[in-house]
Amino acid sequence: MFELLGIPPQALYAQLMLGLVNGAFYAVLSLGLAVIFGLLNVINFTHGAQYMMGAFAGYILLTYFGVPYWGALVLAPIIVGAVGIVIERTMLRHLYHLDHLYGLLLTFGLVLVIEGLFRQQYGVSGRPFPNPLPGGQNLGFMFLPNYRLWVIVASVVVCFATWYLIEQTRLGSYLRAAVERPDLVQAFGINVPVMVTLTYGFGVALAGFAGVLAAPIQVVSPMMGMNIIIVVFAVVVIGGMGSILGAIITGYFLGLVEGLTRVFYPEASSTVIFVIMAIVLLIRPQGLFGKAK
Amino acid sequence: MTAQNRTLIAFIAFIVIALVAPFFLYPVYLMKILCFALFACAFNLLLGYGGLLSFGHAMFFGGASYFTGHIAKVWGWSPELAILAGTACAALLGLVAGFIAIRRAGIYFAMVTLALAQMFFFFALQAPFTGGEDGIQAIPRGHLFGFIDLYNDMALYYFVLAVFVFGFLFIYRVIHSPFGQVLKAIRENEPRAISLGYKTDNYKLITFVISATFAGLAGGTKAIVFQISSLTDVMWQMSGEVVLMTLVGGMGTIFGPIVGALVIVTMQNYLAAFGEWVLIIQGVVFVIVVLAFRKGIVGEFTAWLERREQRKRIAQEEAAAPRVATKPEHA
Amino acid sequence: MVSRKLLYGLSAIALMSATSAHAIDVKIGVLTDMSGLYADLSGQGSVWAAEQAVADFGAEEKGMNVEIVSADHQNRPDVGSTVVRQWFDEDDVDAVADVPTSSVALAVNELTRDRNKAFLVSGAATAALTGAQCSPNTVHWTYDTWSLANGTGRAIVETGGDTWFFLTADYAFGHALEADTTAVVEEFGGEVLGSVSHPFPGTDFSSFILQAQGSGAQIIGLANAGGDTVNAVNTAAEFGIVQAGQNLAALLMFITDVHAIGLQNSQGLIFTEAWYWDQNDANREFAAEFETVFGGNKPTMVQAGVYSSVIHYLKAVEQVGSAEDGAAVVAAMKEIPTEDKLFGEGMVREDGRKIHDMYLFEVKSPEESTGPWDYYTQRAVIPADGAFRPLEEGGCEFVASAN
Repeated sequence: MFELLGIPPQALYAQLMLGLVNGAFYAVLSLGLAVIFGLLNVINFTHGAQYMMGAFAGYILLTYFGVPYWGALVLAPIIVGAVGIVIERTMLRHLYHLDHLYGLLLTFGLVLVIEGLFRQQYGVSGRPFPNPLPGGQNLGFMFLPNYRLWVIVASVVVCFATWYLIEQTRLGSYLRAAVERPDLVQAFGINVPVMVTLTYGFGVALAGFAGVLAAPIQVVSPMMGMNIIIVVFAVVVIGGMGSILGAIITGYFLGLVEGLTRVFYPEASSTVIFVIMAIVLLIRPQGLFGKAK
Repeated sequence: MTAQNRTLIAFIAFIVIALVAPFFLYPVYLMKILCFALFACAFNLLLGYGGLLSFGHAMFFGGASYFTGHIAKVWGWSPELAILAGTACAALLGLVAGFIAIRRAGIYFAMVTLALAQMFFFFALQAPFTGGEDGIQAIPRGHLFGFIDLYNDMALYYFVLAVFVFGFLFIYRVIHSPFGQVLKAIRENEPRAISLGYKTDNYKLITFVISATFAGLAGGTKAIVFQISSLTDVMWQMSGEVVLMTLVGGMGTIFGPIVGALVIVTMQNYLAAFGEWVLIIQGVVFVIVVLAFRKGIVGEFTAWLERREQRKRIAQEEAAAPRVATKPEHA
Repeated sequence: MVSRKLLYGLSAIALMSATSAHAIDVKIGVLTDMSGLYADLSGQGSVWAAEQAVADFGAEEKGMNVEIVSADHQNRPDVGSTVVRQWFDEDDVDAVADVPTSSVALAVNELTRDRNKAFLVSGAATAALTGAQCSPNTVHWTYDTWSLANGTGRAIVETGGDTWFFLTADYAFGHALEADTTAVVEEFGGEVLGSVSHPFPGTDFSSFILQAQGSGAQIIGLANAGGDTVNAVNTAAEFGIVQAGQNLAALLMFITDVHAIGLQNSQGLIFTEAWYWDQNDANREFAAEFETVFGGNKPTMVQAGVYSSVIHYLKAVEQVGSAEDGAAVVAAMKEIPTEDKLFGEGMVREDGRKIHDMYLFEVKSPEESTGPWDYYTQRAVIPADGAFRPLEEGGCEFVASAN
């Protein structure tokens, strides 16, 4: 059997598999960001905190209400999405007429508040969350935990459904039209503000969904959003901001790249995505799938 | 009273207070304010006057802090040379980062600067000279110009004040210069500026580098004052903090950053006993300022002053020539 | 003429009132992390522990005014440094206690030496505090990286775990932990098969766990701390590492981490700690009081260490007669043997290292545990004289080398 740079092929496939799992999270999170940015032109810095809220919603539902993981998978995104809707109605919507930077600043301030409150309440050590799908499959080249397989499946389904909804359905076409000409769309009788609110809520719900998905395999801690959000921003910049398909594909792709880096040069695995981002920006500033301005 | 006169009076008042303050307040706390005020002024140049939001300025602040610390401690240079060297490194870093980031505008620019700063953070974490988690400790304060002992807090304070005033005046000069006028034009309507023949990207890059340089000056000075450089100076939360200071103080105003730095540093110092709540309060302040007080403290105050003056002027005009009610003439 | 008896009597009264009027003022500042990574294992709990120490010491009866102040260093050396500067220069604080986070502790170490105050370290791990950075003003209580590496590494090798693979956090602390443990493992006949460095802070450990699995080593050493350790343990459980026959050794772990991971995933973990709430009645009593204040949580070794170090400090201040000269008080702390209800008997060594027994613990399985915080089974005692780095090896400059 050949060895690639000293790594046997089984180990390589195994790492790629794991990279795909990470890519699943990047895909779902960057999808949420892309949806929000595409329609509202708002950089939702709070996305990481909303991801964390999703995980905590799952934890709280389980611990205090006895709702099992599968119920939380549906409920938590709804709860987090509802919080998002409140944020949008009470705060974000007052900033649309201003420079985009204010939206970014608002969401950044919200991160401090949300994460601070959760830290106040739950400390920083994090809480355990039981694995709903223990055990795994022996794939020959590796032992793949069942839950990680489920993550890949769930993320692909959700990403595909979202893409289909936005790119292929009538509702999606209204959304896309409203991005271009909200006044015209409003004139056609479609309630644009409500649509905007719901879109933000949907994007946030995606973050919450990713959070619940992460709860069994990451530590449910108030700090969990902070680490991942910057990486997801880089993913979105590489993919091309506002491109739905770009966000999804780039998310999985970069997960794979990161997985490979972990094998060959593990110390760099946290920076490789940023390096790629810098390179992409120098060669193709609008991102891999973005529209050239 | 013209705006310029107001600025002059405010500046003189500031200098007087700054000269006297260390006799009443703890000098180290004042020096912290001055360092962050300089950082915020540099940032404000880019954001308030250049219209570019950088979310990665910690890279220059913290980077210069590391370079200065290393040069002062390991190479043994005297403090003013170490600070200069650190600042030069920050300028270089600014050139490289700016070159990559300027290619995108608006929010994309912000994201890129954030990502570049993260890369620098990981570099700082792993590079041996930065001391990783421990940071560079026990940086010598040394003797300024070879004879002024900077271990004396008062002497150091006046040195830091001088550094701040230099930076502040330089930035002020940049803003009120032909270069600054072009920058304003670019900020307000870039396509028109381009059509007038200005190479806007160059202007933006130069502004970015100047901003990075003075952020570096602030960072290097801070390393000498506190005698430590650590990872917190290059974390993205530090970038967020300077945005907060500038916003709270007043974006695009001359004194806003100083006020902002004063407020935030004081809050951190005196609320330190409350632990978590400091960050929550900072977040709440952020949100409130963005929603309701976008002009920041100085901006809102200036606006209030102008409104008052306008009311006075109208009242004066009314008194001088009261409007007589006339019947409209029939056509 | 005044009778001599009267004269003696009067002077005796005068002397007595002079000594009782001369109350010793002591101000101790507990500098800790109240909002970040270490808030649970030190934080407000450490402040409470310090206050308990003052109360148990009986300061008032002894004519001492002891005041406790506290602050949050937010894991930032600049914040910690500013707070301590202000404490020393403006607020007349005599001693700083706790300080988790080694980078902050090192900064405070410099400041206390500079201003001749006292530094009672409980939370920080770096063994440099009694080594290259040692100071006559500093006492390092509770634990350090060397004692953890030695305890865990040696105990595991001696019980048969002789092939190791390290999962190391890629920064100075992680590498130091790996190096210390490697030295111990090899000294006692074990072999290190390999290691992999993960970025700090790490997010996903699956790929590194897989590499550890592939190495075939009996023991996977986790040379990291806090969230990274928690993550790594959880991931290992997910991949069935322990079921498949390998074992995990955590090189820096606190009971709060076990609480965060849960017993299901952390059972069987072996590591070293200096103190556990369920070891004896005195500890249990202390923990019960702690629990009423802190909503069902139990104290950690760091918080217990704050209690112990503050009590000993106050004894030393009493002996010296004043808290002004930090080095003198610390010298007295080294002279007086230590004794308190939590750490029992021990002593402070010349380099500032507090010497006491360390303990090897194993995490219980969910079936063995009777309730929350009942997590440990004590596996072994590491006797005090072998638990800490030998004096000669530290590189502390003011230690008389002829030892």
